[in-house]
Amino acid sequence: MVERRRYWRAFAYQALAIAAIVAALAYLAHNTAQNLQSRGIPSGFDFLLQAAGFDIGDSLVSFSAGEPYWQALLAGLANTLRVAGPAIVLTTLLGTALGLGRLSSNALLAGLCGAYVEVFRNIPLLLQLLAWYFVLTDLLPPFDEAWRLGGAATLSKSGLSLFGASLTPEFLAVLFGLVCYSAAYMAEIVRAGFGAVPRSQTEAAAALGMAGRDIQLQVVLPQALRLIMPAAANQFLSLTKNSSLAIAVGYPDLVSVANTALNQTGRALECVSLIMGVYLALSLATAIAMRVIERRLAWP
Amino acid sequence: MDLRFCLLPALLALLLSPPAEAGKTLDAVKARKELFCGVSTGLAGFSASDSRGNWQGLDVDICKAIAAAVVGDPSRVRWTPVNAQQRFASLQSGEIDLLSRNTTWTLTRDASLGLHFTGVVFYDGQGFMVAKKSKITAARQLANAEVCVQSGTTTEKNLSDYSRAQNLKLKPVVFESFEASLKAFFSGRCRAYTTDATSLATILQREVKNPGDYAILPELISKEPLGPVVRRGDDEWFAIVKWVVNALIEAEELGITQANVDAQKASGDPAVLRLLGVAEDLGKSLQLDRDWAYRAIKAVGNYGEIYERNLGSASPVKLARGANRLWSKGGLIYAPPLR
Repeated sequence: MVERRRYWRAFAYQALAIAAIVAALAYLAHNTAQNLQSRGIPSGFDFLLQAAGFDIGDSLVSFSAGEPYWQALLAGLANTLRVAGPAIVLTTLLGTALGLGRLSSNALLAGLCGAYVEVFRNIPLLLQLLAWYFVLTDLLPPFDEAWRLGGAATLSKSGLSLFGASLTPEFLAVLFGLVCYSAAYMAEIVRAGFGAVPRSQTEAAAALGMAGRDIQLQVVLPQALRLIMPAAANQFLSLTKNSSLAIAVGYPDLVSVANTALNQTGRALECVSLIMGVYLALSLATAIAMRVIERRLAWP
Repeated sequence: MDLRFCLLPALLALLLSPPAEAGKTLDAVKARKELFCGVSTGLAGFSASDSRGNWQGLDVDICKAIAAAVVGDPSRVRWTPVNAQQRFASLQSGEIDLLSRNTTWTLTRDASLGLHFTGVVFYDGQGFMVAKKSKITAARQLANAEVCVQSGTTTEKNLSDYSRAQNLKLKPVVFESFEASLKAFFSGRCRAYTTDATSLATILQREVKNPGDYAILPELISKEPLGPVVRRGDDEWFAIVKWVVNALIEAEELGITQANVDAQKASGDPAVLRLLGVAEDLGKSLQLDRDWAYRAIKAVGNYGEIYERNLGSASPVKLARGANRLWSKGGLIYAPPLR
């Protein structure tokens, strides 16, 4: 009887809380709509179908000024994914190498990896992006005097050109900046994951007569991976969100394109909510993918 | 600056503030005895704060003139620096009474943002800057070139329009901050830099060690009439901003200056006496005091003086008046009659 009453009381409180939140949101939405209307500011997402009228210098999907805003935003999103995807892969590789390096019994290697982590995670990402960008554009030669790297690749202020495909210095700066910064965190996650596997596991495996390599690969690694995954998922999420700093170095990511759209249409609320919605969707998708992987790794 | 942080206050104000009413701005300004004025975050000649935090520039003087006309004191202005993305939202939300920030008057902005441009205080046009060693002397030689540009302005769209019209296939490299866009150009990342021609001249004067290495191309690819902006639906306030600017132009036509405005009260010219409130009370129909125009001129001088002090030969920018001369001297600056 007491249990039942407690259940209903908890239910009532939760219902009240939800009702309060919904009422507050409804008030905000209503007030905003009224304010916009009384000030004669048109609102809504109809502008997405109008011609954008601006070009995107570096775009994965082809886009030209005559196409509508939604395609411009899509091109921006494609650019965000184009830099975040490879950055996640490279961060994982570099971060794992650094993390294992810090665990190494070689003092020099461990020290160097430790120094890397301290330097790169303590400098704000925005500064790192700008530094990479200005190093690239200052040091590289002009387009006419591009460095030839073998037959198929050239490197100049206009970027890296490889078998006809070209990567701009803006893309490279964002990629390097994100990878170097996130890898420092990733290294700590990997180190913590391996460090958290009890020493007795290694000893027990050794007592069973397993070889050193097998102990690491078959006993320690599977357990460490389970500890690493949730923290790594967090890191991938923040890497994707951090890519929104790309506009600082002129890379046309989603935020950069939405920024231009906002300024030309004046639809500030709409553009900002679009940006927030897209990043929320990206984050949820990453989180779901990581949950699936975590389930796979879980012990039955 | 990060877009999300600077836009948030303006958007919150839009979310929470009560609906606006007509005629409210003048009452609010008079009641608080202070004008809330939105200016740029720093553009020499238009609005920039000096080392002691004093705001200076053509756009700044417009705000001071209006503060002088409405509340009687040009120093009663609260300056709000707004970036290109923030500016309209902060005016819409009521955070500022007036946006005086090198803003281009276009149909879309005038008709669809809940705002009104009150007139033109400066005629500009968009141009290109290139390094002289690139041997480019005309814009049509820029085919396939990368062009560095700052985001959040009409500049990007003008660039695309020009590129399409001339079939040049220009590639914009868009930066959020003015400084980063300039740094990228001067490090050689882009073959050209584009913004309003006046800003290009200012950049060469102030940001470059060896201005002789760079050239501004002769083509202007757009019209950029810059002017003050107010909220829609407040006709009284709209009229005040419009006519204070007209009074400053009229003062130049009539030869009334900051120095001689007191002596001019004894002038024999009926137009001078009318403007200064000696013979007639023009202020009444604007709901202002009789000496509104006198106070504005006394505070900042006439339009020509404002120009010379901030952009002309008396300033570091040293920009010829060009299209911004009076209509009677071959320019475009013209005020309807104040009577």
